[in-house]
Amino acid sequence: MAIAKVCGIETEYGITTTGGDGNPIAASSVLVNAYASIEQRKTGWDFEDEAPGNDARGFAPEGTMAPLVETHLANTVLTNGARYYVDHAHPEYSTPECSNPLELVVHDKAGEEVLRRSMAAAGITLPNGPRVVVYKNNSDGKGNTYGCHENYLMDRSVPFGDIVVGVVPHFVTRQIFTGAGKLGVETQALDSDQVHFQISQRAEFFEEVVGLETTLKRPIVNTRDEPHADPKRFRRLHVIVGDANLSELATFLKVATTAVVLAMVEDQVTPARCLALADPVRAMHRVSADLGLNTTLDMADGSKATALEVQWEIFSMASKYALEEGLHAIGDPEVCALVMDRWEFVLRGLESDPLSLVNHLDWVAKLRMIEAYRDRHGCSWSDGRLSALDLQYHDLRPERSLYARVGMETLVDQSAISAAVSEPPPGTRAWFRGKCLARWSDTITTANWDSLVFDLGDDPLRRVPMMDPLKGTAELASELLDGSTNPAEMLKRLSS
Amino acid sequence: MPERELKRKSPTERSDAPVVEDAPVTSERGEKLKADLDDLLDEIDEVLEDNAEEFVRNYVQKGGQ
Repeated sequence: MAIAKVCGIETEYGITTTGGDGNPIAASSVLVNAYASIEQRKTGWDFEDEAPGNDARGFAPEGTMAPLVETHLANTVLTNGARYYVDHAHPEYSTPECSNPLELVVHDKAGEEVLRRSMAAAGITLPNGPRVVVYKNNSDGKGNTYGCHENYLMDRSVPFGDIVVGVVPHFVTRQIFTGAGKLGVETQALDSDQVHFQISQRAEFFEEVVGLETTLKRPIVNTRDEPHADPKRFRRLHVIVGDANLSELATFLKVATTAVVLAMVEDQVTPARCLALADPVRAMHRVSADLGLNTTLDMADGSKATALEVQWEIFSMASKYALEEGLHAIGDPEVCALVMDRWEFVLRGLESDPLSLVNHLDWVAKLRMIEAYRDRHGCSWSDGRLSALDLQYHDLRPERSLYARVGMETLVDQSAISAAVSEPPPGTRAWFRGKCLARWSDTITTANWDSLVFDLGDDPLRRVPMMDPLKGTAELASELLDGSTNPAEMLKRLSS
Repeated sequence: MPERELKRKSPTERSDAPVVEDAPVTSERGEKLKADLDDLLDEIDEVLEDNAEEFVRNYVQKGGQ
């Protein structure tokens, strides 16, 4: 039986600086450290009208200084259970483990909020430092891409080959609703004379079907085997094909539909017809360029199908699976009903008129915006203003964000997002990690996905393993934490 | 699951079924959409980076994962 699809998203953000030496690693470190220093000083910091060295009391006690911001490679774990760090010259935000896709949307959005607060914090702590701006996208339009990875908990007993067979048709075709859209072509995968706009930012960068790499020869299915959990029981499927979405519905469906497909793989549910593609890599590129959603793909059995037809097939299979076996692995009944309802909604919308989804999907919103701008200003496809529009769609600053202006519908409440900036999800071990950090960060020397290390002042360091992502939840661990006045007490109770 | 899930047609059946057109966009609704789009374009003209060419040229990222 399929196991709970605990899930998370890691996003590498694009970053620019003005002033300073333009070093993206230093700038990324500034962001992370500025956020960490402010976070640790005070929760619920108000950035309005703040100046760094100024003390609201009108004086600065001796020895008090504006927080020092270091530029060494930063790596921090937050009280919401997330990891926020510098990776490959980008600030990267890994959400805490979430127990369902809707909760993950909240935490993915909270990640954007952390980056926004970081930009403000960097301005406060280094008023004369570089001005840093971050973008939630996946490419610079010049052939450089950076990732937005998803992670799903899977049963270790499922053969990896079964996973590959199950997910490849989905990963090739789900981009019709998960694509973030972009202008032009950056690789040899497509003809830049023919293709002015692509559905996906990432698709053209994939060159293999299965492989270990994430930065070169990117594979549609990544074989990284680093479960961050008991390796005998669990696998963490690391998915690197996705675009970073601003649309909440796109993020939700990206994760939810994939979770459903993986649950079906675990339960050995197979489609009525063979969905294997003859050439998945080529198909991935062609789907990205298929704005009319009518390109037919060669299937391994010699038949042909459009991406939309493949998605309908997977959806039908999922509907049957939901009826017969239930989607308990995905989340509670409301979340499951939402998955199937929204999945069908976008497929119907894409089938009848993609423009009907202009307030729901990133690529549609961006394409419509760019086409309207072209109409008004009569620009050619190579006009720099269009590329600026494309980039600025992803700008996280509210005053510059074009995403914020296209009237996108939302799925989750702003209040839930604000809370998730500091509060961990209750249904996974992220709860224990986040709550321990909130209470006793002074005594925690290392926080990792699968362990916390406490330094109680007396040797040796005490390591608390967390090898099961579904333990350490609010339900299972709140009594332990609430009943302990200090970490020593908690550790004692834990080992008794 | 919602009851209509039970009655869902298979993709094959669906493609044979008559296409149900959405209600035609009324001229009033069409005007509203156009006005919204005009407002969006006005706003974009206000917030778009001043020197678009330079902004785009300078947006260079080191590769990531």
